[in-house]
Amino acid sequence: MAAVTEAPPLAPAPEEKPPRKKRGRWTPYWLLLPGILWLIVFFALPMIYQGSTSIQTGSLEDGYKVTWHFATYWDALSEYWPQFLRSVLYAAAATILCLLLGYPLAYLIAFRAGRWRNLIMILVIAPFFTSFLIRTLAWKTILADSGPVVSVLNTLHVLDVTNWLGWTSGDRVLATPLAVVCGLTYNFLPFMILPLYTSLERIDGRLHEAAGDLYAKPFTTFRKVTFPLSMPGVVSGTLLTFIPAAGDYVNAELLGSTDTRMIGNVIQTQFLRILDYPTAAALSFILMAAILAMVTIYIRKSGTEDLV
Amino acid sequence: MNTKDNSGDVRLSGISKTYDNGFTAVQPLDLTVPQGSFFALLGASGCGKTTTLRMIAGLEEPSSGTVHLGDQEVTNLPPYKRPVNTVFQSYALFPHLDIFENVAFGLRRRGIKSVKQQVVDMLDLVQLGEQARKKPHQLSGGQQQRVAVARALINHPKVLLLDEPLGALDLKLRRQMQLELKRIQTEVGITFIHVTHDQEEAMTMADTVAVMNAGRVEQLGSPSDLYENPNTTFVANFLGTSNLIEAEVDSKSGDEIILKAGGGKLVLPEARCSAPTTTGGKVLVGVRPEKITLTPADDAGEIPAGRNRITGKIADSSFIGVSTQYVIDSPVCPEFEVYAQNIDRDARLRPGADVVLHWNPAHTFGLDAAQDIDAGVDIEEEAA
Amino acid sequence: MAVVRWFKRHFVVIAGLLTLGYLLLPNVIVTVFSFNKPKGRFNYEWQQFSLDAWKQPCGVADMCGSLSISLQIAVWATIGATLLGTMIAFALVRYRFRARGAINSLIFLPMAMPEVVMAASLLTLFLNMGAQLGFYTILIAHIMFCLSFVVTAVKARVMSMDPRLEEAARDLYAGPVQTFVRVTLPIAAPGIAAGALLSFALSFDDFIITNFNAGSTVTFPMFVWGSAQRGTPVQINVIGTAMFLVAVLLVLFSMVITNRRNKVKA
Repeated sequence: MAAVTEAPPLAPAPEEKPPRKKRGRWTPYWLLLPGILWLIVFFALPMIYQGSTSIQTGSLEDGYKVTWHFATYWDALSEYWPQFLRSVLYAAAATILCLLLGYPLAYLIAFRAGRWRNLIMILVIAPFFTSFLIRTLAWKTILADSGPVVSVLNTLHVLDVTNWLGWTSGDRVLATPLAVVCGLTYNFLPFMILPLYTSLERIDGRLHEAAGDLYAKPFTTFRKVTFPLSMPGVVSGTLLTFIPAAGDYVNAELLGSTDTRMIGNVIQTQFLRILDYPTAAALSFILMAAILAMVTIYIRKSGTEDLV
Repeated sequence: MNTKDNSGDVRLSGISKTYDNGFTAVQPLDLTVPQGSFFALLGASGCGKTTTLRMIAGLEEPSSGTVHLGDQEVTNLPPYKRPVNTVFQSYALFPHLDIFENVAFGLRRRGIKSVKQQVVDMLDLVQLGEQARKKPHQLSGGQQQRVAVARALINHPKVLLLDEPLGALDLKLRRQMQLELKRIQTEVGITFIHVTHDQEEAMTMADTVAVMNAGRVEQLGSPSDLYENPNTTFVANFLGTSNLIEAEVDSKSGDEIILKAGGGKLVLPEARCSAPTTTGGKVLVGVRPEKITLTPADDAGEIPAGRNRITGKIADSSFIGVSTQYVIDSPVCPEFEVYAQNIDRDARLRPGADVVLHWNPAHTFGLDAAQDIDAGVDIEEEAA
Repeated sequence: MAVVRWFKRHFVVIAGLLTLGYLLLPNVIVTVFSFNKPKGRFNYEWQQFSLDAWKQPCGVADMCGSLSISLQIAVWATIGATLLGTMIAFALVRYRFRARGAINSLIFLPMAMPEVVMAASLLTLFLNMGAQLGFYTILIAHIMFCLSFVVTAVKARVMSMDPRLEEAARDLYAGPVQTFVRVTLPIAAPGIAAGALLSFALSFDDFIITNFNAGSTVTFPMFVWGSAQRGTPVQINVIGTAMFLVAVLLVLFSMVITNRRNKVKA
């Protein structure tokens, strides 16, 4: 029959461990190597090159040398601070608008769409498949000076208000801050809706009933239960909207004017037209540092550090 | 059969498992499971029972010791080279394959071409012939469980390992599947090693149960042996309920030990005491709740001589159909449990009543008093 | 009062549908204007209905060439990023090793970085190395920024996979290779497919990074960008509309198929 005894403490385990364990030790490194190398050479290394370029002096003809010329940063900031400020303001406005517009739609898909859920999801994602430049150009038609949007806004005297606020000028929407923010909002809205939907969808529908059962009115339920539970989606949605919006130059170029230039436009011009590489590199470095700093503070404040 | 086939014996010698983080899941352990038996490893979560099973399957490498199947040493064989199959916890059916392909998986991997007839026969055996082309998620829990068993058994393993196979089923279905598994085991005659935290399940199905705690086997034996004669407080408390009283050895007479507890005397057969006894030494005396009879204190004179007795006061009683469970407050043990069959209920046995508890000394068992008296009590059964 | 109550109850639906309208309006415009016959060089104002552009989608110089370059880059970038990203994802989920934190941030940072910063810094690298800008520099850049998205998608899928499935395969006589091919890969496939699809879309539609690193090579988005300055041919709208329709139809088709399959089986 079966028998059990406590075995005496064994002498050092016989060295007959199978070789398969040894071979496996290097597997993760082989798997990581090509991809990580790619990211180091084409993502991390360029950052270093860019840092070094930003403190070089010289000219295109004579070549550039690292001279630890940090003054470039100061010059760049003092010359282009309006564009920096504008980038932050436009991106922040677009992010808030995305949140206000995106939340109802994400909520609708998550809780109210029923059998239409999949169809609406497709309609949110499908525009991605048409080049965003083509879609952004379509806003030129929508917001055209003689178009219906402008005439309605004019008739309702909305434009008077926005003119007074400095968002528009004259009888135009195109080539004004409003048009740029509108384009930014439009372009990055899906990046807000998808994370919002993901976190809303995880919420147990019975929580709504429980809140209602505990004397919460619908809006109170939203404020005290739904919204706090969707915070991870709100945080990642705002980040996914704000970061690309702050670095964008396509909307400002296509829908704006010289008065709405954002920092992306400046970097692009410096790099590709003026060929002032140190200034361009310094600007790009400042933008990166600013965004990383803002994102870090934001993540700390919102207390959702594990969202990535 | 005259020549006994031992190819399905499982022999573990000095096997242990210590993880990289220093946690020792299984202490060095020797265990032999004979061919054709239904063997259960019983214990709370984290006691090392699943690790032991996984070392037999080859899914976990032992830190020391060897595993033998019959005469063959398999310690260093990868799982896919061992003639052992596993029914996994929550089944691990391949979600991308239908039921037929799930069952055929092992045969195909061994290069067997004509699997159709075997799979059909196996699905018929577990009564799932109709479901062959469904995906696992379209089946109920009980059906998935049967697929998992079929998928393992079709390979005719020497040993079938079952890791909490019924944990995900509801109570009624679990009872049904227990009998079903027992039937299949008798039919195929393969060695079954069954890991469970459910003591009732282990006792219903297995011929031999090993109770594990903190990486060690506490006691091994037939279910009735373990229940009637536990060797440790852990086994006494984990398998069913035990009333344990601290007592002092007074004297020995013949093969009986006389003990002092509170003011009274208790008798314990020496053969049923697993602890060394010296006069004046301490022993834990145990008795199962259903062995005890309750008599109102007024009728104490009618109790036959020669029975162990203790006095107390009923603190609480609850009627649960087949029996009534009493909690008795007694000087030797604050919460003495007594289960009484509901045959002739004595109306005087109400909370607050003074009673005498008495039982046949042959039902008393003795344990080493150096142990934790509450070991194995209140171990939460993990809800699967 | 009744109107107010109705509005209150359906507020979310109304607001949500308005947002959906905002999202889809440009696509409607793009579609409608693919049937326009503009007067000048720009296709911003409605003139009259015409099928000309649909009859001659490649009627504009260089447009279909740029489309083909974009497709080639997208295909290669998808293959490259999916392969490298899947390997990284498996390593991250399945193995313990040093420098885990550093590797995780190296993967996260490209997604948290404004495109223009990556574009500019990559250009400084290529300039410093004296690399010839063109097809290959674009491809390198695209694989770089698609990689992180593939890793994220595959990682999520592999992490949610029950490790017991692979153990079950090994228990059922499948060796390491068989286990990977027969069980791991099929179960991870949806994650890999999602990563690949995302890569394709991101690469095909990328403008900012491409614009910096393209040299004289013109991808489709760059063609559109150039035409915004020089004059927008109607054919751009035809391509945009066709892509939108193909995408929606493909998704609807696959949904109908899965629905029907489920119904037949149930």
